[in-house]
Amino acid sequence: MKTEELQEQPQPEPGPLPELRSPRQITWTRRRLALSRFWSRYRRSPMGVAGLVILLIFGATAILSIFADQSTLSKVAVTEADIAPCTFRELPCPPNANNILGTDADGRSVFWLVVHGARMSLLVGLVASVITMVIGSLVGIVAGFVGRFSDTVLMRMADFLLVIPWLALAIVLASIFGQNIWVVIGIIGFTSWPGAARLIRAQTLSVKEHLYVERSKALGAGSWYVISRHILPNVMPIILANAILVVAIAILSESALSFLGLGDPLRVTWGTIIEEAFSRGATSIGAWWWLLTPSFCIVTVVLGFTMVGYALDEIINPRIRER
Amino acid sequence: MSVLSISDLAVTYAAKSGDVPAVRGVSFDIRKGEVLGLAGESGCGKSTIAGAILRLHSPSTKIDGTILLDGEDVLAMKPGRLRAVRWTGASIIFQGALHALNPVQRIGAQINEAITIHQMASDRGAQVRAGELLEQVGLPSRRIDDYPHELSGGQKQRVMIAMALACSPSLVIADEPTTALDVMVQAQVLRLLRSLERDLGLAMLFITHDLSVLVEVSDRLAIMYAGKIIEEGSAKTVFTSPVHPYTKALAAAFPSIGDVRFRRKPAGLGGDPPDPQKIPSGCPFHPRCPVAWDDCAHIVPELWAAGEDRRASCLLAEGAPATSGTGASTG
Amino acid sequence: MTEVTSEHPTSLAGEPVIEVRGLKVNFTGRVSLLAGLTGKKGADAKAVDGLDLTLHRGEVLALAGESGCGKTTTARAIMGLIRPQAGEVLYEGKPLSRNLRAYRRKVQMVFQDPSAALNPRQTVYEIVAEGLRIHGIHSGPDGQNEEQLVARALSRSGLRPPERFYLQYPHELSGGQRQRVVIAGALALDPEVIVADEPVSNLDASVRGEILDLLMKLRGELKISIIIVTHDLGLAWTVADRVAIMYLGRIVEIGPAEDVLLRPEHPYTRALLDVVPEAGGLDRPILTGEPPDPTRIPDGCRFHPRCPVVVSGRAAELGIEARCKGEDLALRELAPEHEAACYESFMRHESGGATV
Repeated sequence: MKTEELQEQPQPEPGPLPELRSPRQITWTRRRLALSRFWSRYRRSPMGVAGLVILLIFGATAILSIFADQSTLSKVAVTEADIAPCTFRELPCPPNANNILGTDADGRSVFWLVVHGARMSLLVGLVASVITMVIGSLVGIVAGFVGRFSDTVLMRMADFLLVIPWLALAIVLASIFGQNIWVVIGIIGFTSWPGAARLIRAQTLSVKEHLYVERSKALGAGSWYVISRHILPNVMPIILANAILVVAIAILSESALSFLGLGDPLRVTWGTIIEEAFSRGATSIGAWWWLLTPSFCIVTVVLGFTMVGYALDEIINPRIRER
Repeated sequence: MSVLSISDLAVTYAAKSGDVPAVRGVSFDIRKGEVLGLAGESGCGKSTIAGAILRLHSPSTKIDGTILLDGEDVLAMKPGRLRAVRWTGASIIFQGALHALNPVQRIGAQINEAITIHQMASDRGAQVRAGELLEQVGLPSRRIDDYPHELSGGQKQRVMIAMALACSPSLVIADEPTTALDVMVQAQVLRLLRSLERDLGLAMLFITHDLSVLVEVSDRLAIMYAGKIIEEGSAKTVFTSPVHPYTKALAAAFPSIGDVRFRRKPAGLGGDPPDPQKIPSGCPFHPRCPVAWDDCAHIVPELWAAGEDRRASCLLAEGAPATSGTGASTG
Repeated sequence: MTEVTSEHPTSLAGEPVIEVRGLKVNFTGRVSLLAGLTGKKGADAKAVDGLDLTLHRGEVLALAGESGCGKTTTARAIMGLIRPQAGEVLYEGKPLSRNLRAYRRKVQMVFQDPSAALNPRQTVYEIVAEGLRIHGIHSGPDGQNEEQLVARALSRSGLRPPERFYLQYPHELSGGQRQRVVIAGALALDPEVIVADEPVSNLDASVRGEILDLLMKLRGELKISIIIVTHDLGLAWTVADRVAIMYLGRIVEIGPAEDVLLRPEHPYTRALLDVVPEAGGLDRPILTGEPPDPTRIPDGCRFHPRCPVVVSGRAAELGIEARCKGEDLALRELAPEHEAACYESFMRHESGGATV
């Protein structure tokens, strides 16, 4: 590549390329490549794979439970045949051949209760996480990119929410808005965005300072272009990894609220199962299965989300990756 | 006697994608009171050599050959002896000195650290010594109680030099010591290094990509490419009348002002430095070489004699075996 | 020294393309909250402090000086990336503030660190096409589609065959190739002017020449005018038609490269030339002191505290010391097109060109 570099101009325009014709195709090829690269890296993380397996199992359970006979899910024992080999007097019935995880004090199968609860608990976690991340991303990107006054105002709001003890705030809100599952989701979502917003603001600030943002501006790009093409793609992985961690926190929060009796009494979640077991004396009569099964589910799912979240973070955050 | 004598040094990093041969057989000596300039582009292995001399590489890195520091083999040293030799036998002035100082410690304490670790003096003695060192590098000794943020970039680099001299080492390795500095400050620091070398009779290994800087400070020059030395000789002759085409290209990247040959004619090489994992056959430079001919692709060149006190690993060198090629006429 | 004339190889210099008039850029000093409450103010850094500059069509102008002299700030102000406190930048006679978007098509920037100037998540194709997409250009002047425009820009910047680079990510390229991608991104918009901020200082030495060569060809064949910001006077010698030397936010000397670099008028230019590394060059005088501080600009000639003419007492001998220390001064033409701002030079030329 010496002197002919420009002298070849005007050279015959290159004809249509064999494989890549339109920019859209190029974009898709790029995405496919990026995805496969991502997956091959993810596969190498044992923690990530284990977490993913856990989540797939619970996710499948939650989805399949929709198709199961709803009446079996929370059927209260009517005759002693329902709870054989136990009698009504022996309730809650310990694990046996008919009910592998035993029953609760009403003769409902703990196994089916937990399956039923999986759906609600996961739903609470996912929806609350989406709310958290949408608000957090909006606030974080606006504060970080626009800066100045809006930054000050938004971040003081976030600080305000951060310093109020979360549980106290949640209790107040729950008592104002009533005990409804959507209220619980809302409370969790609207109280946990400040952490996400701070994280995303920090990332936005760092991306904003990159020279390629300056290059884009020098090319003539406006704010919207810079945000959508440069800031968002670089902040998105952090948003996603954080969203997954927030799911875990939301599930825990829901359990905590339910345990304190602020949950939705009409819906079965893992939190309400524990709450009921506790309030009906599962600890004093030694009905460990009633209490431990939902607890185990919570711990496992939270662990699953956390493991996936950390595995993602490790891939996304190159500084951690190099270590 | 040579302060540092390296022979057949090979350093191979272990990477996920396989072994990376960063240095592939390098030999050189540095005598007392001599400055050897080691030049080359990023990835040519020059900084790897600096790390190997003090054995700073991770244990997974394979180091072969011998490195004699004051006649003692560094590669055979026990850990205790190695720690003693680091800083007392040889010290390093790092690149990016601006971040190498601890921001919350007074600079005097940071200089003292090296002295007291090696128990060269009492605390009181170390304090006095630190003051002397500062004077030596051109800073008033009263600045001993300053924090790094109170110093400018050039002053910080002077503190780094004082730290390197703290234990009176016989060898100082300067790894890109002026790269982050401004032109004017760079000239000041270079002058300081040169005068220290003269006054203290230090042996110095000076590593940088900037050939014009090396010409100013070095007695001898060694040019590295793809993990090997490809040309060596006295600094001035290597720079002004290079034998190897690569050295020519490097020298042309730093033209002297007023030289009409370079006016409006920037000269450069096509292509890029080779990936250490995919070093071309024969002469590693042949794919980029403007005068290469067929033989270059399969004859692995050695450092052949190329005039008085000069060696070059190119078929164009005087001492090179005769080949069928005709490239010599273009050189 | 060889006598070199300042003749152009081909007569390229034409009418002004970019004119900078009285440009001033301040950076407000930051103060801690506590200091702010007690009424303290941070010192303003006058990064650019009254700068006039003209770039002619088809010329290569080098803007040189120490770090902190305001050369990069000037480049960014010319690009419209920072708003000046005073002064204006004219493009083809019209102020750029009126028509920034169209201006940005015509004036493109090349950055010091190509690795940082490329978004690591974008492919080469997307990077080069970015300017076209921002400006909504879907077809070229000869009816080319976007892909053809990208291919043309890539091959013009020496990345050939262009298709081979489309799907590559910046980290898969070498430093020189990355800089070529940045240049291709600029070329895609058919610019008239390229502002290059230290375009080769982050590149390997052997690759530098090729990139500079490419810029020279863009000037020669596409008639693109180029401003090169650099600290390296050797680089200015190899590429520039004219050289402007900056000190503390002002141009202290400007003129044809041969004049400024071989027959410097200003003591600061001489000092800069003295520290260009060269064999045996360590015996030449070096200015003492640290780079100048734009928050504290001295009175009079802003170079006087470091000026060898003043420090050595020669200024006092000539009877100009008071003016050096107290009277601000502007550039004055001392030879055809060669301007400098130095009382000693003024005096020398008034007295009939007696040399130092």
